[in-house]
Amino acid sequence: MDIFEKMMKLDRRWIFLFLIIVCVVTYAIPFKVPILVEPEVRSIYNFIDSLPPGDIILVAIDYDPNNLAELHPMTYALVEHAWRKKLRVIFTALSQNGPGMAEQAILDISDSLKQDRTFNGVHFKGREIKNGIDYTFLGYKPYYALVILGMGQNFRLPFPTDYYGTPLDSIPMMRGVLNYDQVAGVIDLSGGSITDAWISYGQGRFNFPLALGLTGVMTAQYYPYLGSGQVFGIMGGLLGAAEYEELADNPGRAKDGMRIQLYAHMVIILFIIMGNVGYFAERRRQKREEKGR
Amino acid sequence: MAMKRQIPFALVFIFGIFMLFQYFVPHESSEWVYEFLLDWIYIIGILALALGIWSLFRVSVDKIKTKKPNWVYSYVTLMGLFIMTVFGFTAKTGDSWGLYPVFVITFMLALFMLIQVLAKPASRNLYGLFGGAFLLAAVLIAILDRTWGFYFMEAKGLQNSMFRIFFDDVMMPILSTMFALLAFFIASAAYRAFRARNLLASLLLIAALIVMLRFNPYLPYAAYVAKVSNWLMNVPNLAGQRAIVIGIGLGIVATALKVILGIERGYMGKG
Repeated sequence: MDIFEKMMKLDRRWIFLFLIIVCVVTYAIPFKVPILVEPEVRSIYNFIDSLPPGDIILVAIDYDPNNLAELHPMTYALVEHAWRKKLRVIFTALSQNGPGMAEQAILDISDSLKQDRTFNGVHFKGREIKNGIDYTFLGYKPYYALVILGMGQNFRLPFPTDYYGTPLDSIPMMRGVLNYDQVAGVIDLSGGSITDAWISYGQGRFNFPLALGLTGVMTAQYYPYLGSGQVFGIMGGLLGAAEYEELADNPGRAKDGMRIQLYAHMVIILFIIMGNVGYFAERRRQKREEKGR
Repeated sequence: MAMKRQIPFALVFIFGIFMLFQYFVPHESSEWVYEFLLDWIYIIGILALALGIWSLFRVSVDKIKTKKPNWVYSYVTLMGLFIMTVFGFTAKTGDSWGLYPVFVITFMLALFMLIQVLAKPASRNLYGLFGGAFLLAAVLIAILDRTWGFYFMEAKGLQNSMFRIFFDDVMMPILSTMFALLAFFIASAAYRAFRARNLLASLLLIAALIVMLRFNPYLPYAAYVAKVSNWLMNVPNLAGQRAIVIGIGLGIVATALKVILGIERGYMGKG
């Protein structure tokens, strides 16, 4: 086997080894990666930023722990931005393991909000985030399409109580909040087909502003909805989360992870180039041999 | 026999047509019937959940009984299912957990014995005896120990520290690891699949490289690459995806009509 053939038929374990070395090294060495912000992420940031204090947004945490690396940073960046702007947030979690993810995010972000911070030159005083006043966590109910339709009639239909068992009518924040009409917009952070239900049954039927936070592999699939105006913004994968962190001036896990992703992609590109060089050299050799015969 | 076939067809036809027209009728009574039907879907779903748990239990026990490949993992499946259910329905009432750990262990041992009774009929009496003793111990602890309690109608169990620990420290790392492994398989697949064998494969390769390079700020023309990548996503990708979405949408309408009109009978277990 000559060098070109070896380049073309490399054992995949070498790829795994090289990739893990690059991931570990880039994780260990702290350096910053500049982020170029795309318009579809900027529109989500601008939407949240333009809302007056007290407005309500609905954040749907529709992902499981397997999408944690890509989608959790989006939740952290977006919700912290919303709470610093004194918006009120309704959380839902329509995937089975979503409530655990949502609760973890709520507790962590609430802790972060206790500290004084400065973002984009604006000083925000730390404050206590209170359940029932700053947010309501509705929790999980099966059959997400029905839940989305039900919330369009009245939040109390699918969720008579919140996740902790408090009746919705006893929650100060939910007084006078009947359905999507009282919500400024919905941001769905999802790693699966729940996104389709939010578009078809939610936005399609009740016509609220909808933005999506998706895993990297899903992103391309949802661009038609951006083009048609059914969705006003898309955050795609870790890059989308890093772009939001960049806009919010709140570097977190996503910007941290970008340096690993950047070099991992470069390794993959390197292997693709190597495979192609081997392929063309092999093809040329075969042609030469055929001519020789 | 006719009843068995015609009644389901009639129900599907009536409710299918109703749901179709209900969408265009904003009257109060129409909304009421619609909400009533949504409730029924939940009721049916809850029964389906119970059936699902029973089916998982039976399949896992059968796997242990016949010693199919990887049968040992069925114990993990069943123990995981029941231990999380127990944590989800229990919470402490005071400052200490009292005999709660003993209760969990005896309950899980009782469950283990039950599985053994079903999986190993030859030793059923011995396992049954031990199972009964463990179950009795678990029930007595549950009755006598006042430091914790069962909460079937409240969500207190969700705050159970054991529930959170199992979710945060077991479930989350396992699922995250599974997904992280994908990166390695994608790298290997990309190396093998992205070969410029012909014109179409070359176009795919170039598009993939541009999209992968779009956030590389160290490239000499990084902003230009980002613009080209954005164009690729917003124009050719959008056109292709839109065609797929419209095709799927039309397919869904056609299939729904076929089901409502009784042409498609797959849901009844018939072609």
